[in-house]
Amino acid sequence: MNKIILILKREYLTRVKKKSFIIMTILGPILMAALMILPAFLADWSDATEKRIAVLDETGWFLEKFKDQDNIKFYHVFEGLESEKEVALYKKGDLLLYIPLPELNVPVNAQLFSTKQPGLSVTAYIKSVMRQEVENRKLLASGIDPELIKASKAKINLSTIKVDEAGIETKSNTEVEVGLAIFAGIMIYFFIFMFGVQVLKGVMEEKSSRIVEVIISSVKPFQLMMGKIIGIAMVGLTQFLLWIVLTGIFLLIFMLGFMGDSGSALEMMGQQNQLMQQAGEGGIDKFMLVAEVLNSTNFTVMIFSFIFYFLGGYLLYSSLFAAIGGAVDQDADTQQFMMPVSIPLIFSVAMSGVIINQPDSALSVWLSMIPFTSPVTMMMRIPFGVPVWQLWLSMALLILGFITTTWIAGKIYKTGILMYGKKVGYQEIWKWIRG
Amino acid sequence: MPTLQTINVSKSYGKFKALDKVSIEVEKQSVFGLLGPNGAGKTTLIRIINMISVMDEGRVLLDGQAIKQSDIHNIGYLPEERGLYKKMKVGEQAIYLAQLKGLSKAEAKKRLKYWFEKFEIDSWWNKKVEELSKGMQQKIQFIATVLHQPKLLIFDEPFSGFDPINVNLLKDEILQLRNNGATIIFSTHNMASVEELCDHIALIDNSKTILSGEINEIKNRFKAHIFEVVYHRKTELSLPAAHFEVLNTKNKNNTFISQIRLLNGNKPNDLLKQIIPTAEVHSFKEMLPSMNEIFIQQVNNKEGRS
Repeated sequence: MNKIILILKREYLTRVKKKSFIIMTILGPILMAALMILPAFLADWSDATEKRIAVLDETGWFLEKFKDQDNIKFYHVFEGLESEKEVALYKKGDLLLYIPLPELNVPVNAQLFSTKQPGLSVTAYIKSVMRQEVENRKLLASGIDPELIKASKAKINLSTIKVDEAGIETKSNTEVEVGLAIFAGIMIYFFIFMFGVQVLKGVMEEKSSRIVEVIISSVKPFQLMMGKIIGIAMVGLTQFLLWIVLTGIFLLIFMLGFMGDSGSALEMMGQQNQLMQQAGEGGIDKFMLVAEVLNSTNFTVMIFSFIFYFLGGYLLYSSLFAAIGGAVDQDADTQQFMMPVSIPLIFSVAMSGVIINQPDSALSVWLSMIPFTSPVTMMMRIPFGVPVWQLWLSMALLILGFITTTWIAGKIYKTGILMYGKKVGYQEIWKWIRG
Repeated sequence: MPTLQTINVSKSYGKFKALDKVSIEVEKQSVFGLLGPNGAGKTTLIRIINMISVMDEGRVLLDGQAIKQSDIHNIGYLPEERGLYKKMKVGEQAIYLAQLKGLSKAEAKKRLKYWFEKFEIDSWWNKKVEELSKGMQQKIQFIATVLHQPKLLIFDEPFSGFDPINVNLLKDEILQLRNNGATIIFSTHNMASVEELCDHIALIDNSKTILSGEINEIKNRFKAHIFEVVYHRKTELSLPAAHFEVLNTKNKNNTFISQIRLLNGNKPNDLLKQIIPTAEVHSFKEMLPSMNEIFIQQVNNKEGRS
């Protein structure tokens, strides 16, 4: 036992001290925090500069249709395209919107000339105004009053409410849950693979550098394998926890740093709210909804299950990866074994669409029970709510699963690490397992 | 009581018999040569002694007791296929390997300091292993093998990758370790070093022991009754061909060096009697076969028979 700890410590420390680990650990949360904050921030920033757009409208349909926005001002010009380009575009540095006369039965074409990238909000606004106008004209031409259409439009707001056994109602919204499910599923897939492959590489390194026989003259092969697997698992957990903590810290730094002039982080939140409002009708509703659903999802359960399924899935797969690393002699030979072993993991990610559409279907339930697919599948189901007995059963099966694979892997590993210069096949490995 | 004893140890891999009832006895404080051609089963036997592999039948005794997992701290093993973690620093790695053998970190550091000074390699401590040459790495491995002061040391081809100067350094260290009380098993193809270092040997071929014993005794067993005589005489001696066979003679200024085989149960004194009356004898010695010759002869014989 003492020796496993020695091995584990070495595996852990050499990895945690690596530059790549430190970079990944810091970069990950920066990216994550940036992804959360920057869109709002950038949207705010880019809209701050005022854009002036000269409209050269040959159809005459859009006169006075373009309304000045916060940061976009429109004015009409009437000279030829070339001379307006000269004046508006090059001299004044404005944008030039050119709407030529449409040919018969051809959709309206327009061109927006600009010396700089015009930005999404500008093009989106122009498109929406033009579409509105063309639609109106078409309706009028067929004798329908556009106002009538507008009045007949209905807006449906369907909110789903989850009722648990105790009768407590929580508002839920599938969109947010889908996002959460995909995120959790992909993350667990990514973690299992990333750290599982580290086990494989570690075992192969020991074999190819020929240190393995030196080590197993001091410890049992199984101890060496488990020390490595557990050590790397702890690297994974360290990274995961650091990501959570650092993301929080960076989020705060971003808020304080970038929004320094406008004051506190709270104000930033306010601004984000405002942005949501600007995004359109119901914006604030939606924002509140996200917050509410996030609140309703039990994060303790999410994080606990994530750690459990990461560890369980990782132990299951990494022991098999360790067996592969022990059995093969060269990098090139790993492929033939890696494929069949990782197929269930890839399959469970490929099925994510089906699982998320029907998280309670028989297929989803089965996939979340089979140890090879349960880590990814169960993480995808949890945001939608999973019966407690299913969760426990799935966890128990996963524990059983990794005990079995570790046992089998130990046998393959033990024989394989001392085999040099021999290409092994499945038959050979089967012999090792039985022997 | 021998320090290490294997009794009828057998091991098969599927249909392939790697060891067939192999018994060896390694006396305390001796150097034991484990010899044999490639694939004879030496490494398998060594792995069984180290409890890396499990034998099918037989017993392994250490100090008369069946060997058990905790005995691993009493064994130091330098495998033929050996290496180090390339990215790890030399000192850090040596401490790690020592800790795996049960030494405390402080004790490991203290002993390593002694050895590093002895080999004059202090400056390597903070280098990464990949910066060292192969010979340098071998030195570290040697130190790591002996650091925990085991009573049984097993060296499998310890000299591969060393230059002659370092080979000598290592030979001296091995003999010193023996003099300090360690028992050593030494496996190699280098017969010259076997003659130099070993007290006893066992020759394994085709998974069986075909020869074992004290090294001088074995040489005597295989002696061909050949004597080398250096004598001074005007012309070469002529000996009765029925009793003595002159294998080859060199003449240098009337000093003759002859290899002569005794036939028909003649004794060395009978040969001397023939020479002394007419020649001046400068030296007279028996030519014992080298271990190299015995090795080749025995292994070829065996293969010829089967």
